[in-house]
Amino acid sequence: MSHVKLGEQSIEKETNTLNLGPTHPATHGVFQNVLELDGERIVSADSTIGYIHRAFEKIAEHRPFYQITPLTDRLNYCSSPINNMGWHMTVEKLLNIQTPKRVDYMRIIVMELSRIADHLICNSVIGVDSGAYTGFLYVFQKREDIYEIFEEICGSRLTTNMGRIGGFERDFNATAIAKIKRFLVEFPPVMREFENLFNRNRIFIDRCVGVTPISAEKALGYSWSGPILRAAGVDYDVRVMSPYCSYDEFDFDIPVGTNGDIYDRFIVRNEEIWQSLRLVEQALVKMEKEPKGIFNAQVPDYCLPPKEDVYNSMEALIYHFKIVMGEIPIPNSEVYHSVEGGNGEVGFYLATDGGRAPYRLHFRRPSFINYQAYSDLAVGCLISDAILSLSSLNVIAGELDA
Amino acid sequence: MSEVTTINAQSILDKLKAKFGEEIFDSSEPYNLLTFSTTKESIVDVIKFLYEDQELKFTYLTDLCGIHYPDQELQLGVIYHLHSLTKNIRVRIKVFLPLTSPRIPTMTTVFPGANWMERETYDFFGIIFEGHPDLRRILNVDDMVAFPMRKEFPLEDPNRTDKNDEYFGR
Repeated sequence: MSHVKLGEQSIEKETNTLNLGPTHPATHGVFQNVLELDGERIVSADSTIGYIHRAFEKIAEHRPFYQITPLTDRLNYCSSPINNMGWHMTVEKLLNIQTPKRVDYMRIIVMELSRIADHLICNSVIGVDSGAYTGFLYVFQKREDIYEIFEEICGSRLTTNMGRIGGFERDFNATAIAKIKRFLVEFPPVMREFENLFNRNRIFIDRCVGVTPISAEKALGYSWSGPILRAAGVDYDVRVMSPYCSYDEFDFDIPVGTNGDIYDRFIVRNEEIWQSLRLVEQALVKMEKEPKGIFNAQVPDYCLPPKEDVYNSMEALIYHFKIVMGEIPIPNSEVYHSVEGGNGEVGFYLATDGGRAPYRLHFRRPSFINYQAYSDLAVGCLISDAILSLSSLNVIAGELDA
Repeated sequence: MSEVTTINAQSILDKLKAKFGEEIFDSSEPYNLLTFSTTKESIVDVIKFLYEDQELKFTYLTDLCGIHYPDQELQLGVIYHLHSLTKNIRVRIKVFLPLTSPRIPTMTTVFPGANWMERETYDFFGIIFEGHPDLRRILNVDDMVAFPMRKEFPLEDPNRTDKNDEYFGR
């Protein structure tokens, strides 16, 4: 980029160039912004992305369906179970698999917990970037508790690779249920404390209110989705508009903001955390009413059998082999399915040709689509406001680059 | 909710056929999502019509991506997913282009958000969006010469001898 000549009103003759990133601690991810600065004010910004591009869509065209789940982990790695389940639900839609209610409730518990974890990271990092480190440390203890629940359910924490086509690989064990119940009791006081630290904090409000606002029309034009679109006043939530996973049975609200500034985004995310808690509570009650021990749909053609069976029964061994080698019947069709991820609509466009791997798989990645507005938003801001604006968009580099 | 039931895939298709006639073809409804193809000459008009129609208001571009079918005469495809937030209905529109001249008008004039989606499609399929304000590669390095999501582009180094994907049916 070339320097911009500045007019009479500026002390400088022309702008300075500042490379913000690609490995700048304040960007919380690997992407670069070349800023043209008049003093500390941004005159123009140019985003460069792709630093951790891993060609997931190309790899996916060469892999059977189960081997694609770990790829989805690495999109938005702050809430990978949502991506895992979004992918499994896409395949279930393709194969017309109806999941049992208990599976839906189990999925909702996991997905809403990961939404809480995702929003906690984003909101506490907004705090860090505005100079308030304490809240971050408070809530990260609770995020750890969520990861412990995931660990109990599937054995891993961050990149979970959780679930199977049709449901889960195993039932929630007693420890997992106990940990979820303990979380539901212990988390609200911490969240209230977090809100008390920020919501009416004079310094925080001064830093956030009216910074990089966006109108609803503009946000829709940019195809924004998720909390940042709702902060601009549009009540678009995939969980309500195209209910999946029995979300339509649940009672929860969609918080919306008014002017789409950083403060609204922060408040909308906080409120969504409370709504997610409500959903987890309801799902837990509903799950306990369902017959015990059902944790996946009976689709032996697609759902990997338990390992003990593979070693001890002929049928399970055959199914295991067929699934692992991709020798399973796949229709020749195309399907689009989306779920509400931490950052917005996570979509999967899957075209098949009857082969073992997708013919084409496209991930609609909300971070990628949301982030393109950033170079517009940042113009006219001070650097410190632009940093805060960046953290309020919650751009996750893995999802940005795929 | 009563409004939602009055608009369905068939009525949208009828509306489009009345306006564009033969330009709307290959319509189907896989998994309850209205899908049809159109030509690159009329794609902007079709999308503008869907966008501006007071009843439909397809004002949200959910997704835009490319696809490559090497066996077809028109090999390269652009796939649009539009969503009408007021009627809560989605459509999928496809446009196929010849490999020799994969050019299509840009959609950034209607949706500013199409900007990076088109750049990504250009980056991976080499589809040129005419009138795009800044058509550069986005995820791959700038000096790359190939378009890696085309089917002929190998996933791995073809000179490798230690690994034969044939054994795995890939």
